[in-house]
Amino acid sequence: MGWVWFHRFGSPPYFYRLSKRMVPWFAWSALVLCVVGLIDGLVFAPPDFRQGDGYRIIFVHVPAALLSLQVYVVMAASAAIGLIWRMKVAHAVAASCATLGASFTVVALGTGMLWGKPMWGTYWAWDPRLTSELLLLFLYLGYMGLRSGFDDTARADRASAVLAIVGVVNVPIIHYSVVWWNSLHQGSTLIGAGGVAVPSMWVPLVIMIAAFELYFIALLLIRTRGEILRRERNAHWIGEALGGPPVDFSQSGPPASPASPSVAPPPALGSYGGASGHPAAQHPAAQRG
Amino acid sequence: MMVDGGKSERVAPQAAASEPPLSLLGAAFAVMQRDLRLALRRSGDTLQPLGFFVIVTTLFPLALQPELALLRSIAPAALWVGALLAALLALDLLFREDAQDGTLEQLALCGLPFTALLAAKTAVHWLLTGLPLVVIAPLIATALGAPAAAMPGIVAALLLGTVALSLLGAVGAGLTMGMKRNGSLMALLVLPLAVPVLIFGARATALAIAGEPTAAPLYLLGAMAVLAITLAPWAVAAAVRIGLE
Amino acid sequence: MIHFLQMGGYATYIWPAFALAFIVMGLNIVWARRSLHMAQTEARRRMLSARPRPQPPRDFPGLRP
Repeated sequence: MGWVWFHRFGSPPYFYRLSKRMVPWFAWSALVLCVVGLIDGLVFAPPDFRQGDGYRIIFVHVPAALLSLQVYVVMAASAAIGLIWRMKVAHAVAASCATLGASFTVVALGTGMLWGKPMWGTYWAWDPRLTSELLLLFLYLGYMGLRSGFDDTARADRASAVLAIVGVVNVPIIHYSVVWWNSLHQGSTLIGAGGVAVPSMWVPLVIMIAAFELYFIALLLIRTRGEILRRERNAHWIGEALGGPPVDFSQSGPPASPASPSVAPPPALGSYGGASGHPAAQHPAAQRG
Repeated sequence: MMVDGGKSERVAPQAAASEPPLSLLGAAFAVMQRDLRLALRRSGDTLQPLGFFVIVTTLFPLALQPELALLRSIAPAALWVGALLAALLALDLLFREDAQDGTLEQLALCGLPFTALLAAKTAVHWLLTGLPLVVIAPLIATALGAPAAAMPGIVAALLLGTVALSLLGAVGAGLTMGMKRNGSLMALLVLPLAVPVLIFGARATALAIAGEPTAAPLYLLGAMAVLAITLAPWAVAAAVRIGLE
Repeated sequence: MIHFLQMGGYATYIWPAFALAFIVMGLNIVWARRSLHMAQTEARRRMLSARPRPQPPRDFPGLRP
């Protein structure tokens, strides 16, 4: 009984429709939390004892670093689910995670370097956290490279799933070996050891982390919808979902349906990817899309 | 209907049809023998990674100064970066030819556990490309200024490290087998995964050269090698299956 | 306000850091929406050019015993 929801999420049309409704909730709440967190962190949080105002970079650096690791785990977990249960939706989720995770890693590296210059005096000091982030970036780039090397989507899904699973097993090993390697030569140079004990500092941090999480989920849903469409080539539900009538592929000749005038309608303003735009608005089937 | 006679009649044709001609161990040995024989016939190809290792480690003194004290401090780095790159180069030999002439497909279809057969192939690959590095390492290390007392530690570290690298590399080789435009993708895939081996192997080598006990990093290298031996064959089999489709 | 913008002297590090973060995140929004839009366009194009499925083989009377 408990697995029903699991397999329901695995149904591409269900996921496609449900995620369309959920995206605005995640997106707007991410924006609100981000604004609140930024105002709280930049204006109301007091300067740090040792680092002055320079510590405020943690309000983007820490969420980005946290999410870069979390997205890799989500990617590997959904890839494993896709491999084991042969679920296209899971593979679509894994494919959507790659660019997002790599972007978070780049942000974490860039903000980390900009934090390092005033703190250590140099942009790059082979700090264990930043070095681990760099290696994580290579793992993401390898994953994306492997995916792009296969023409067949199903093979790309399965091969990159194997890579993601091997990678996720290695991530803790890599991280701890880098920490150990660094501790031999430099002593503890962990960023931000102090300074986040005060509630006025960690409350905005938590708010920003929550904002980044919601942002990730919103974009993940958007991308996954596209990836599902790419994987469900001839499914009948696509016709309904895109705002046209259900397409009967057994008709002779191309269907002369009301969907034909709108080959590429522009996405409606403010709707994240809900491209069932104006021409099909009169059509009752569009309401379900 | 006599029970005895009926049973023996039913058993006999089943046994004749389903009994495999070769046991798993026999098949693994056959695969290893075949790979060894083929590699020894084409000994030029097999020795190339070794030559590459020697050349790369020679480049380090040429890029710096021929001062032994300085070289001693970079010897761990030179040895291990060279070993890593040589292992990457050698991975070409692992699956490419057998994938092209269909042997790999036959192994996958023959009904015996593919994982074990691929593990056998990887073992032979290590014997041919990893073990020579271990054997020649004392020579290279001496050329880079390492004292004679450091050799056991260096050899032990390279032994464990090359095993782990061969297995990790086999996963990368299997994944990129099915791709047309390969380039250096395999290096990009394998090198981040090989970083722990590099870190602990270089550390063990440095400790050995300094004359200090090398037990700690060697234990960790051993743990990584064991982890690779137990887990990597499954990933290799999965990757090669995908590549054969 | 000036004090806010100067961030105690760390302005040259803090503001580019935030700018980097939000530019990258904004780019991701654009990319994600564009990816979905292209997938939808492609799906529509495929639907419109859908060929009829091959008919099941018809029974030819007299051919079978």
